[in-house]
Amino acid sequence: MSTDVKTATPATQEIEQRTTANGIKLPIYMDNHATTPVDPRVLEEMLPYFMEKFGNAASRNHPFGWAAEEAVELSRERIAKLIGATSKEIIFTSGATESDNLAIKGVAEMYREKGNHIITAVTEHKAVLDTCKHLEKYGFRVTYLPVQKDGLVDLDDLKRAMDDKTILVTIMAANNEIGVLQPVAEIGKLCRERGVIFHTDAVQAIGKVPVDVNKMNIDVASITAHKLYGPKGVGALYVRRKNPRVQLVPIIDGGGHERGMRSGTLNIPGIVGLGKACAIAQEEMPQESCKIAGLRNRLRDKIMGRLDEVYINGSTEHRLPGNLNISFAYVEGESLLMGINDVAVSSGSACTSATLEPSYVLKALGTGDDLAHSSIRFGIGRFNTEAEVDYVADRVIETVERLRELSPLYEMAKEGVDLKSVKWAAEAH
Amino acid sequence: MAYSDKVIDHYNHPRNVGSMDKSSTDVGTGLVGAPECGDVMKLQIKVNPETSVIEDAKFKTFGCGSAIASSSLATEWVKGKTIHEALQIKNTEIVKELSLPPVKIHCSVLAEDAIRAAIGDWKKKQDAAKPAEVQAQQNRYWLLASSC
Repeated sequence: MSTDVKTATPATQEIEQRTTANGIKLPIYMDNHATTPVDPRVLEEMLPYFMEKFGNAASRNHPFGWAAEEAVELSRERIAKLIGATSKEIIFTSGATESDNLAIKGVAEMYREKGNHIITAVTEHKAVLDTCKHLEKYGFRVTYLPVQKDGLVDLDDLKRAMDDKTILVTIMAANNEIGVLQPVAEIGKLCRERGVIFHTDAVQAIGKVPVDVNKMNIDVASITAHKLYGPKGVGALYVRRKNPRVQLVPIIDGGGHERGMRSGTLNIPGIVGLGKACAIAQEEMPQESCKIAGLRNRLRDKIMGRLDEVYINGSTEHRLPGNLNISFAYVEGESLLMGINDVAVSSGSACTSATLEPSYVLKALGTGDDLAHSSIRFGIGRFNTEAEVDYVADRVIETVERLRELSPLYEMAKEGVDLKSVKWAAEAH
Repeated sequence: MAYSDKVIDHYNHPRNVGSMDKSSTDVGTGLVGAPECGDVMKLQIKVNPETSVIEDAKFKTFGCGSAIASSSLATEWVKGKTIHEALQIKNTEIVKELSLPPVKIHCSVLAEDAIRAAIGDWKKKQDAAKPAEVQAQQNRYWLLASSC
């Protein structure tokens, strides 16, 4: 291969970087629910599979193919080990959205004769909700369970929703916005008792909190690499092989790869990266989750120690270690993001979404639209430091204080006006 | 999303932030928007009753950077204008000045609404004050329908 290839300057936006006086690199990335950077150890294992070991895992008769296949099988084992599965139960996909689609559509079509009822929850990711909505057009009945104030599904609601036509329950392990952990083991137990297949979108949970498909009676689970320091564009689906054996109708047909459940040439570097990311998580999760929870609590305590009328969205007990989703009353989320522009975080404010609607997840908790507009999601990850947390806390505090001085709502609240009693004459659209 | 330099400038250095005595007859207060919609603007003007010239303007805004910039700009523009002239300010001019993208046009509409609401409040006070003694009008916010 020629080594003097001229590379064109990529027409992409540069991220301007600078360093503070005390050595903090800006901007600080604290949006680890959106995605995570690739761990250098992951990248290192991936690299040979681009140029040297570039073979197709389906090539059975030369060493290029064998090397690729070996790498795929090692990755399968590593993923399986992290969730207590066996390697034959792991199917590779392009990521979480495909895994969710394959799980839900695949089960729905396979078990159609048994029933047409699916149960999910209103706070699921759109990859699950929109897939369920799609199935409704084809004669499936879907129950969207509400959640309690803390974001958790009520198991009694789930019990009541189940009937003899229920074939699938799909409830996420951890929420992408508020980091709330659903009672997966209890849901799994209930599903097993009733002979209903249980799928969980576990992309935010895997590698952050323990997930064991047997202890939790999970039948199908979605996994993605880029939420646990692996590359984007690769994911997996755990599909139980016994007690009970779960079968899926594929959504992509072709060469019969992945035991016929997902055709298409395997993304070897990506799969290698996912496997390594799982191996690291397996090894480091206990210490790492403690460290990250410590940083999250430090951020929370600093902010809440200095600012009043700050509300945590979702359960503080059943929560991912790195998640902090808070609403700052009287301050609009996007303006806050603008003020802390050297920190990368997300907001549930309408102004930051494509739809101009505030977060449906926060609304489902009963958070008023006003507080939903005021919410910020911090996602602390493997590479964040205490110094970064302190910097972010200071920036947030000073910006919220400044914006509250600018806020007519804050002024009215201080004057004793009950904002809820004001007849805001704004009409709907 | 990238903001225009002017929006950033108004966000970082908002002009005329503050509040005036809303019970004063010379002061008109406009409060528009709703917290549920993510935007509330309060715009106040102090008008010379002899000349109808807006001598001072203040604002406070709960909203995104574009909403803050739109209302900050509105206070700059109304100052020194007569009531009649201020009513000519169009949201489209705010859009142009701040280079607001289409999704932020509602911020400029709200700023125009706020100017009109403040002037409306002031006019109402003038009418009420004419026949009798000036009466302190406490805690009266004039609300105007706005796009949510």
